[in-house]
Amino acid sequence: MQLEVDITGKHFENAAGERHDVLAGIKFSLHAGEVGVFVGPSGCGKSTMLKILAGLDHNYQGKVSRPAVARLGMVFQEPRLLPWRSVEDNIRLAAPHIDEKRLSELFAVLELTEHRSHFPGELSLGLARRVALARAFAIDPDFLILDEPLASLDDALAAHLREQIATLVESRSMMTLLVTHNLDDAVYLGDRLFLLSARPARILQEVPIPTPRTRRSASEINHIKADLVRRRLAKI
Amino acid sequence: MVRLLSFLLFLVTWWIAALLIGDVKLPAPPAVLKVMLTEAASGALFVNLGATLARVVLSFTLAMALGAAIGYLMGRVKLADKIGDPWLILLLNLPALVVIVLAYIWAGLTEVAAIAAIAVNKLPTAVVTLREGTRALDRSLDEMATVFAIPRGKAFRHVILPQLGPYIAAAARSGLSLVWKIVLVAEYLGRPNGVGFEIGVAFQLFDIPLLLAYSLTFAAVVLVIETVLVQPFELRAARWRPRAA
Ligand SMILES: Nc1ncnc2c1ncn2[C@@H]1O[C@H](COP(=O)(O)OP(=O)(O)OP(=O)(O)O)[C@@H](O)[C@H]1O
Ligand SMILES: [Mg+2]
Repeated sequence: MQLEVDITGKHFENAAGERHDVLAGIKFSLHAGEVGVFVGPSGCGKSTMLKILAGLDHNYQGKVSRPAVARLGMVFQEPRLLPWRSVEDNIRLAAPHIDEKRLSELFAVLELTEHRSHFPGELSLGLARRVALARAFAIDPDFLILDEPLASLDDALAAHLREQIATLVESRSMMTLLVTHNLDDAVYLGDRLFLLSARPARILQEVPIPTPRTRRSASEINHIKADLVRRRLAKI
Repeated sequence: MVRLLSFLLFLVTWWIAALLIGDVKLPAPPAVLKVMLTEAASGALFVNLGATLARVVLSFTLAMALGAAIGYLMGRVKLADKIGDPWLILLLNLPALVVIVLAYIWAGLTEVAAIAAIAVNKLPTAVVTLREGTRALDRSLDEMATVFAIPRGKAFRHVILPQLGPYIAAAARSGLSLVWKIVLVAEYLGRPNGVGFEIGVAFQLFDIPLLLAYSLTFAAVVLVIETVLVQPFELRAARWRPRAA
């Protein structure tokens, strides 16, 4: 299973009819079991790209081929829960076949157990994000898209969830795309990092991390991070 | 308790007004009650109320179903909106009387004509409300449903319909009050039974107790249906919303 992406252009037209280029050159491929991480300035077009890859937007130049059978799980930049359904029902709607054991497990991992029967309006943003994560994992995806899933969580929880995501990613062979502004997340979770330019987004550099996720030491992670910061500075 | 007080206040005001104006123009409550009881005893009251209610139910259901479908379509499909809009404006501004009279002329003094005419009067407001609701649908939730491959029917039931709920309730509420008003006119003009017909008879005979007996019974039925059916439905449709203090 493999994702092949070659987006040569994407633009929006605003109300005044002006053209607004958002994506310029996004070309990469991703294999099952790999985590590709996209890092780029705010507003450069990351969410727009993810929407195209998720098959929600067909209006672009270029070509995207993803396996037709791949089950897609996505964490949008906003939680996008149904306000009129409880946390549990939100997840069950997306994952009707999930069994009770797996669901409780997910709730336990994401520390949502006591919020099971709450409605989204009663949750903090951080909690709602975790529900969105639970929903994406609940369907056992083959293709997982995460748009800044750990934003607005405190450091300790973010670190904890990062580990949980790592565990879940390891637990099955899926293609994972992650957008983040956080270099820790990027280096901890990614197999390959893609550094994006400002809008219209191009892939500036591809940085592979050869050491398997589970064997990355703290010092190695710090080393890669420093290297990334240096590369970024070099661009400016 | 408050409702009861409110009702008592109504009775007292009526009674005092009757004493001041005089029995001929405004009979006192007991006189009207007596007529109500004789009409009830003969069964006429129930037959007429039943006929009216049946017309209300039929035309209301027809108009709601058709109006919701058309409104949803117009909210979703631009072309449908463009085609439908002039008709909508026409229907919205057409006086009820014109519709009823034309329906009776074209389709004869029949039940079908009456029900169709009432439905046509209610239809445009239902369309407008549902179109507004459809336009206000949250696209991001549609995207969520697409991404998670939620089947169409299920997505409609659990993602779309709850968002339309308050609009359906609003359309039902305003539509029902419109139907209550128009059904009597339609009966008055061309039906041999129903509350509207009886009121027409009472008017011709200048039988004010009879007129009031039917009007008030009708009003009571409306009140009961609104409190027992419509209001709980409205609450249900909006139950997930944070409650106003
Ligand atoms: N539907 C739209 N119509 C017009 N312009 C849009 C639309 N969606 C996004 N844009 C524009 O495209 C650009 C990229 O938006 P996008 O949401 O992809 O950025 P992003 O990289 O995800 O930013 P952030 O890190 O802040 O989430 C922005 O300039 C935005 O204004
Ligand atoms: Mg974004």
